[in-house]
Amino acid sequence: MPSSVIEPKQKILRALEDQDTTVTFEDPLENEMVLNMGPQHPATHGVLRLLVRLDGETIVSAVPDLGYLHRGYEKIAENSTYHEFIPHTDRLDYLSPLANNVAYVLAVEKLAGIEAPPRAQYIRVICAELARLASHLVWIGTMAMDVGAVTVLLWGFREREKIQDIWDLLTGVRFTTSFTRIGGIAQDISDETLAAIRGFLDQFHTGLSECQNILIKNKIFIGRCEGVGYLSPADALAYGVTGPCLRASGIGHDLRRDEPYLVYPDLDFDVPVYDDGDTLARFYVRLQEIKESVKILRQALEKLPHGPVHASDPKKVLPRKERTYSRMEELIHDFMIVNFGINPPVGEIYHAIEGSKGELGFYLVSHGEGYPWRLKIRSPSFVNLQAMPVMLKGGMISDVVAVIGSVDPVMGEADK
Amino acid sequence: MTPDELRAQLTEKFGTLIESVTVYRGETTVVAAKTCIADLARFLRDDPACQFNSLRDVCGADYYRPGERYEVVYNLYSLPHKTRLRVKVRVGEDDLHVPTVSHVWAGANWAERETYDMFGIQFDGHPDLRRMYLPEEFEHYPLRKDFPLMGIPGSLPLPRK
Repeated sequence: MPSSVIEPKQKILRALEDQDTTVTFEDPLENEMVLNMGPQHPATHGVLRLLVRLDGETIVSAVPDLGYLHRGYEKIAENSTYHEFIPHTDRLDYLSPLANNVAYVLAVEKLAGIEAPPRAQYIRVICAELARLASHLVWIGTMAMDVGAVTVLLWGFREREKIQDIWDLLTGVRFTTSFTRIGGIAQDISDETLAAIRGFLDQFHTGLSECQNILIKNKIFIGRCEGVGYLSPADALAYGVTGPCLRASGIGHDLRRDEPYLVYPDLDFDVPVYDDGDTLARFYVRLQEIKESVKILRQALEKLPHGPVHASDPKKVLPRKERTYSRMEELIHDFMIVNFGINPPVGEIYHAIEGSKGELGFYLVSHGEGYPWRLKIRSPSFVNLQAMPVMLKGGMISDVVAVIGSVDPVMGEADK
Repeated sequence: MTPDELRAQLTEKFGTLIESVTVYRGETTVVAAKTCIADLARFLRDDPACQFNSLRDVCGADYYRPGERYEVVYNLYSLPHKTRLRVKVRVGEDDLHVPTVSHVWAGANWAERETYDMFGIQFDGHPDLRRMYLPEEFEHYPLRKDFPLMGIPGSLPLPRK
């Protein structure tokens, strides 16, 4: 080979050799190995990086490394008005954007001291539960794929696709919904959308039981999940784990029941709790939650009251667009809200909802201006990931993907 | 426990180290001196009337004022009582040190790392105080109010060519 070909090749090889990560051992069998997993790994659900120290196939310790999707949303929030930040909440937990929209506006409404009318609250419950369904359907597919059942991935996504068609009808877009507004929602729900949700719920149990049946009696699936990634109730509490991971460790805590918001007190649902604390328990908790969400959706559709979907507080709630074009008063309010913001009184609040991954909270500090002085996102994925080293320790290397799947992190939310 | 009872109990136990106990929109906020935060955390977790056994979040806030410029905010939740509490400590610019609470609630570990990453507040006694999101070589603290929104060009070290 001519030297003009060899030289560039060697140059590339030299560049690939990173001094920080290349380790040589005299006797490979005598040493522990550090395995770098991610950030570009299909089973890490995004850009999670995991450093795993291995003794043979056993995990000695694991260190998650975050920040590959850090976009500085808290800084952006301090420089945008309360309304302007709503589209950014879509990009936090991008599997359930509607739930994030709801969580954010509930926090702002608490800060501003306004409340949305009942119809808007019911529609928000429908939004939040549809988001939970969509998120859990992606989870059931990806987690099953991580342990080898690829079929369920396609079935899960098939059902989720129908939910996204509903979002398309409801909000006008399939992914980045930005549907809620401070004091209400962007637009009223149409009869067509209501019929579409009913139609979806009527056929959903068939699709779900297909997914369920192929997994719960599957020897391989149970073998890969049972007893894997154990998290004790004490550890779950100490690490502040919330959501399905906490309920799979035997602690029945659900903000929808324990700290009710919206119209959840009027709706009848159960909080599934399992005591085993392993991957299989987390699977069952989410599976039951899907069924409870269907129950909530049916009741919300049935009880949906008539009436306005916007609170009547012209200084804080954006007026309807058609009125802005024809009335002076509304035009002035629209101009003031868009340009200067809603100026909530000086104070600070924290409000959280039960998102699909756990407690999704917003801590807001207002200095009486149109911009939040400080906005902190309490993202459930971030906190739940922190407990992952505890779940992984002492397990096998092949269990890592099952445990990541069962924690169900979304890195858009964990990295903010 | 009502805010008044909490105030009485905390004042009895910690005296002047508790600056104030206020209620806003139904949320109780305790402002305490930062020297007592570890003892206060342990008390709030273990006292049978409080039992704030779950730390939901730790975050910082930059008020950009002379004197005590920063605040560290602890959002607590009590599963047995289903109540929330916010504890705040004020941190001056000349002394950016706060005792850690990661030995009280293990979950404080990452949250304190994030606060350090964003505000540069040092948590004394923290087992592993590294940056959470940003690279270790990064010299600035982006959520401080004097850090520009567009960032500082050239401040983020890129990989070697």
